[in-house]
Amino acid sequence: MNKHLLSINDLTAEDIVRILDVAESFREVGTRVIKKVPALRGRTVVNLFYENSTRTRISFELAAKRLSADVINFTTSGTSVAKGESLKDTALTLQAMGADAIVIRHASSGAPLTLTRWVRGSVLNAGDGTHEHPTQALLDLYTMRDRLGRIEGLRVAIVGDVLHSRVARSLSFGLVKMGAEVTLVGPPTLIPPEAPAWGVAVSADLDAVLPKLDVCYLLRIQRERQRQQLFPSLREYARLFGLTRERVGMLPEGSLIMHPGPMNRGVEIDSDVADLPQAVMEEQVTNGIAIRMALLYLLLGGAGEGGADA
Amino acid sequence: MPEAIRLRGARIVDPAAGRDEVGDVGVAEGRIVPPDQLPAGALELDCDGLVLAPGLVDPHTHLRQPGGEDAETVETGCRAAALGGYTAVAPMANTDPVADNAAVIHEVLDLGAAAGLCDVFPVGAVTRGLGGEQLAELGEMVEAGVRVFSDDGRAVPSPQVLRNALTYLLAFGEVVVAEHCEDPSLSEGGQMHEGLHSGILGLAGKPRESEEIVVARDLALARLTGGRLHLLHLSSAGSVELVRRAKAEGLRVTAEVTPHHLVFTDADLVTYDTNLKVNPPLRTAEDREALRRGLADGTIDVIGTDHAPHPVERKEVEFDQAPPGTIGLETALAAVLTYLVEPGVITLSRAIEALSTAPARLLGAADHGGPIEPGRPANLVAFDPQASWVVEPPFASRSRNCAFLGRTLRGRVVHTLYRGELVVTDGKAQR
Repeated sequence: MNKHLLSINDLTAEDIVRILDVAESFREVGTRVIKKVPALRGRTVVNLFYENSTRTRISFELAAKRLSADVINFTTSGTSVAKGESLKDTALTLQAMGADAIVIRHASSGAPLTLTRWVRGSVLNAGDGTHEHPTQALLDLYTMRDRLGRIEGLRVAIVGDVLHSRVARSLSFGLVKMGAEVTLVGPPTLIPPEAPAWGVAVSADLDAVLPKLDVCYLLRIQRERQRQQLFPSLREYARLFGLTRERVGMLPEGSLIMHPGPMNRGVEIDSDVADLPQAVMEEQVTNGIAIRMALLYLLLGGAGEGGADA
Repeated sequence: MPEAIRLRGARIVDPAAGRDEVGDVGVAEGRIVPPDQLPAGALELDCDGLVLAPGLVDPHTHLRQPGGEDAETVETGCRAAALGGYTAVAPMANTDPVADNAAVIHEVLDLGAAAGLCDVFPVGAVTRGLGGEQLAELGEMVEAGVRVFSDDGRAVPSPQVLRNALTYLLAFGEVVVAEHCEDPSLSEGGQMHEGLHSGILGLAGKPRESEEIVVARDLALARLTGGRLHLLHLSSAGSVELVRRAKAEGLRVTAEVTPHHLVFTDADLVTYDTNLKVNPPLRTAEDREALRRGLADGTIDVIGTDHAPHPVERKEVEFDQAPPGTIGLETALAAVLTYLVEPGVITLSRAIEALSTAPARLLGAADHGGPIEPGRPANLVAFDPQASWVVEPPFASRSRNCAFLGRTLRGRVVHTLYRGELVVTDGKAQR
């Protein structure tokens, strides 16, 4: 493992398997009455969130606390950042306070990599701009493996605004690395023109893709994209690319419906569909804590692992 | 006062005279003199192993003064120029206030004269305040000495306004409109070249077409008006091809490329290095190859640095928050020697032509660009083409946002003579 987790591309397939296996052990911790192990006692984890993100921040916070680390939440409203402090100066301050790991969420692609130039601790990318969201991809891979028994050979469609989605990037790279067959589905205005070079297929015909899927992964559609004239209306989007009741019937038996949240019920997913047993969004959330525990444990060189650079 | 100097035993590369041979050059009272007519006691500079060429001329510089003195001043920029072997620079008009009137032009000229480190040829704005709507008082600026007009940083948005500028300037002879070719609606929000790497890095892209559409439009207007058009910092293969065809057709057009577009590609942005964030963006290896070929075959006429200083705190930020631009005056010659001359992409003579002779012609800088002949002003550079060095601060520029930081380059300026004065000697600025 590297010192930082910035991109799924930093990991080999073996690294990914190792992370999922460690997460497997940690998931059990979450089922105990006392949900806590001492692996990172005395270590300090800073959640540095430049964008609001309730679920990811809470997930990281719970993960660190279940490992007995000290957690500092640094959000940007009402802080030095709101007073105009630069990322560099914030980084140097956290460095001076002895942060062992910094979990960063930022609206600018590449900000986590930039941060590594100024801190000695590990940096975990909790989502940067339209670049990557590697912990989301890992928890999704975990959920697929847990439910379907494997990742290799799975047929996965990622549906929606791939162009602006850090989740879609990380998940595509991770799935391809693990030998899954990925199809990106959406209006061509929302698919990166060079996406086929990632080793994925591209389609604008959801109905043609659905019958061949093991996983239908839906992305949140932002109203902002309609204002940018990338598609004519949310109504038309839902009609062409929304997962409706009728479309669920085209999915093979045993296939999964996934979504990174938060969902727009009625746009990319019908409200009834989101509540079907094969829609595993809540499991994704639960598994996310175990994945983030595994990552903090591995990157900070938890018990018996030696130094963080090992 | 200018002393008498003998530059002994240099390889004299003088494209304006078609000359490339080892010899001596004499300098006295600011001018070239035959070596055998030098007064006794002339300073002897051993130039064995050095190349002696006409002083370099940068047709595209940002000196930031007035208004941006935290990034650069005319004096610091001119010192950087002298250290880079330049004896003339053309600062762009996007200062604050904008150089869209004779008063600001005179201010920049005066600052240049006060620095006395190289000649300064201010570029005037085409439109008032770079606003793109009303023509600036072009004739008055021509009277003040301006030969190149540009709204650099953006294209003149309205075809009609550009048509009028090209046509109006026909009244003044060899006066040029230099266009920054970019369609803002296609490039809005773009952080880098749109392609494989922008997709992976999650950075919004600027497609090639955002440049090519405006190149094509501007060439059509040059055809319509018969005006004299110059295209700044070409970045795409398609633009080179458009210019090639326009020249074959006989349009009055010239084109520029920067050292960084000749060296780097969008693949170099994987580290989110803000010093490689430039506008137009670095494009693919295929585009870079087309730019190199275009420079070699003369489709592209001049190499301009687009020296764009920014204070360090504006560049040490998240990638999408950093302004575009790299400094270039102190590295341009070495970059061209290292990446183009040494591998045989262009000859040394072609490099000097594109760095000195052709831009001098573009700027109407008659005292620059050679030929190195008796009676001519002694604007000269002597450089060691073999000396290798690592690009690192301190720079003479007030800024240090350099795309070449950390790179090892070959080719180092030893002496720069500006009107016969050694403003740089042994690689050090003399004041």
